[in-house]
Amino acid sequence: MAVLQTRQLVKKFGNLTALGGVDIEVKEGEVYGFIGPNGAGKSTTIRILLGMLKATSGEAEIFGKDVWKEAVELHKRVAYVPGDVNLWPNLTGGEVIDLFMNLRSRSSDGRREELIDRFNLDPAKKCGTYSKGNRQKVALIAAFASDADLYILDEPTSGLDPLMERVFQEYVREARAEGKSVLLSSHILSEVEKLCDRVGIIRKGEIIESGTLQELRHLTRTNFTVETKEVIPSLDSLPGVHDATLQGRTVSFQADASELDPILRYISGYGITRLESAPPTLEDLFMQHYEETGGDKR
Amino acid sequence: MRSGQLTAGTGRLAKFALRKDRIRLPVWLASITLSTWGIVLIFAEMYAEEAERQAVAATMLNPAVVAMIGPGYGLDNYTLGALTAQQLLLFTAIAVAIMSILLTAGHTCGEEEEGQLEMIRSLPVGRLANPISAAAVLTAASAVLTAVIGIGLRLFGIESMDLEGSLLYGAALGVTGLFFTAITILFAQLSDSVRGTVGLSFAFLIVTYLMRAAGDIGNEVLSYLSPLGLILRAEVYVSDYWWPIGLTAAAAALLFAAALLLNSRRDLGSGLLPQRAGRMHAGVLLRGPFGLAVRIQRTALIAWSAGLFVLGASYGSVLGDLEAYFANNAALLDMLPPGSGFTLAEQFVSLLMVVMAMISTIPVLITFLKLKGEEKKGRTSHVLTRSVPRGRLLLGYLLLSLLVSLGVQLLTVTGLWAVGNAVLEGAFSFTILFKASVIYLPAMWVMLGLAVLLLGWLPRRTGLAYFYLAYSFFVVYLGGMLQLPDWLAGLSPFDYVPRLPVEEYEAGSMTLLTFAALALTVTGMYGYRRRDIAD
Repeated sequence: MAVLQTRQLVKKFGNLTALGGVDIEVKEGEVYGFIGPNGAGKSTTIRILLGMLKATSGEAEIFGKDVWKEAVELHKRVAYVPGDVNLWPNLTGGEVIDLFMNLRSRSSDGRREELIDRFNLDPAKKCGTYSKGNRQKVALIAAFASDADLYILDEPTSGLDPLMERVFQEYVREARAEGKSVLLSSHILSEVEKLCDRVGIIRKGEIIESGTLQELRHLTRTNFTVETKEVIPSLDSLPGVHDATLQGRTVSFQADASELDPILRYISGYGITRLESAPPTLEDLFMQHYEETGGDKR
Repeated sequence: MRSGQLTAGTGRLAKFALRKDRIRLPVWLASITLSTWGIVLIFAEMYAEEAERQAVAATMLNPAVVAMIGPGYGLDNYTLGALTAQQLLLFTAIAVAIMSILLTAGHTCGEEEEGQLEMIRSLPVGRLANPISAAAVLTAASAVLTAVIGIGLRLFGIESMDLEGSLLYGAALGVTGLFFTAITILFAQLSDSVRGTVGLSFAFLIVTYLMRAAGDIGNEVLSYLSPLGLILRAEVYVSDYWWPIGLTAAAAALLFAAALLLNSRRDLGSGLLPQRAGRMHAGVLLRGPFGLAVRIQRTALIAWSAGLFVLGASYGSVLGDLEAYFANNAALLDMLPPGSGFTLAEQFVSLLMVVMAMISTIPVLITFLKLKGEEKKGRTSHVLTRSVPRGRLLLGYLLLSLLVSLGVQLLTVTGLWAVGNAVLEGAFSFTILFKASVIYLPAMWVMLGLAVLLLGWLPRRTGLAYFYLAYSFFVVYLGGMLQLPDWLAGLSPFDYVPRLPVEEYEAGSMTLLTFAALALTVTGMYGYRRRDIAD
């Protein structure tokens, strides 16, 4: 069942088209990774989903309800963490967390103290004295302390140290284990790789790829390093081989999934002494999509 | 560290600061200069006759007046120059001080707070470059002010305003600017936030004003210790002493040196005053949008309340002198409507009420438009993404602004009544004054309604609300004196309010204003509920 769904979501700011038809779908109990570089439209999409911006056209629904018309009702079940948390400099972290919890009409599940302890925050300090990471923690604590069914997290770990990133990841996994859904926008690809069941890649306001990591990997290349008894001639000219670099009798290259069979048959004729293969990392996928579909095609 | 290292990049930083202030600074300087020139022209018109000036000189013997505007001097032959310097210099100096505090705080700790200074300091720029460049910009501004006001006053060709006196007048303002720039830079080292710095600096400004007030009517040593008291000792246009200017400049230099010393010792982003531990939990007030609106503006609201009460009280203190003042001034007496059957004090009060109502509208607008500031700083989304309807958020600020409008009107009138009654011995009943004050509420709500409308439909132009208020002040207060056409005043809501107790209560225009306010507010709310929240 889709918890969150957008169909052909378009947002224009004057003449500028920020989103040109975005389709995303987050299913119940899954963590959806929403990835793309700065300015691709991640935050604009999220702000539409939160009812802050009104879509120019297209549909966006959460729990089957329109995100603009029923924003207030929906927000009772949604927790949001922005990437850039600005707080009131003269309020303390503890006060802000309480305020945020009070502003939701649903009761919270009382994990405030546990979260403050886990995230190692001093709630008696004024927000004006907090670092970016500490302000981020305030928003994360308020979000995870609330009894939400959907978490919308917009680059939530920017400014967190690796230790706190790990705490964050634990809470995301815990939420998923409880059957809750997460939309995680990020450009930290290792984080997305660790946490997300499915990903959508956005570029210049359009989703250019989406699916599970497995599916995406299948569409793309595998990394190979091969050492042979004889030097392999003209590997480059084989269909489906990319970026081949030869060092003595060792060759590294990327192979398209669809051409794996003929490539491996070809190189096995030269006496393989060592073969290493690695699935593409999300970073490879990402870079590949951006290079291939980018305006400056190579 | 070599000394060159400490100040590297100061020149470029100062140029950059000038560029950032390319609008703010000229607006401040132009406002101060133009209002000085304008008021001098009005004085030249109003007090052309010697008898009229001597009537003003008589008021300078009243301790309440001295406490408010400073000591009288040269009263035997009260020239236009002496009159101008005594009536105008102190308040202009306060305006200059406010300019210096706000601009300096923005350049020093403002940039530190927002992290811009961190980027600048990571470039080849010395530790002291930021405070020195801020001081350089404000020193240049003070010099410009000295020259423009000084030479400008001389160019009016008023006999009693000679070149030396005019330059001294300008210099007194310039040196006040220097002093408050230095004190603000010093406070910026002690506090770790803009709010803290501005708060300390304004507190200091108020203390120097009060010290001078106490000194001018009592122990004069206190006046010499206050920069505001000191510059008045220059006795501009009468004795023309330059030593108070030199003394104030020397004090500014010392304070600046102390600030630089402190700056080189502290860490970036920290203040030398210790941080107190705050609350671990939110109090009962901090439950919803209204409580939040109150909480984040609490200090400002208290300060405005106290300031407006004092304003009302200080107007009350001059009521006792009115009869003597008007009796000696045939020209002023002629201006009053004949046989109206009202005392001078009553007529004066009816004018005061419109002035105070317009001043009181400032905190009402500030309180409401805080919502716009919150949006700009990316904080409204914290509230709106948590099942708070936009209408409720806006209503929270609107309710607070309405309460503020009631509160300030009540405070100013209470101050006026309490002190005015003491000097006039029961001339006014509280009810009469109260009615004359609250009758302005519908007009104030029209201004508030305009602010709601702008927030809903033209969020980038909310400043127009303040512009409209300034326009209202100009046409309603000065329009009569400058003999502007009536329709100009008719564009302001304040023009439609009957001037109680002199004029009759009129239900029609009150109803009209209230409906106009309501219509503006509802239209604004409709716009706010359907527009993009741009944070």
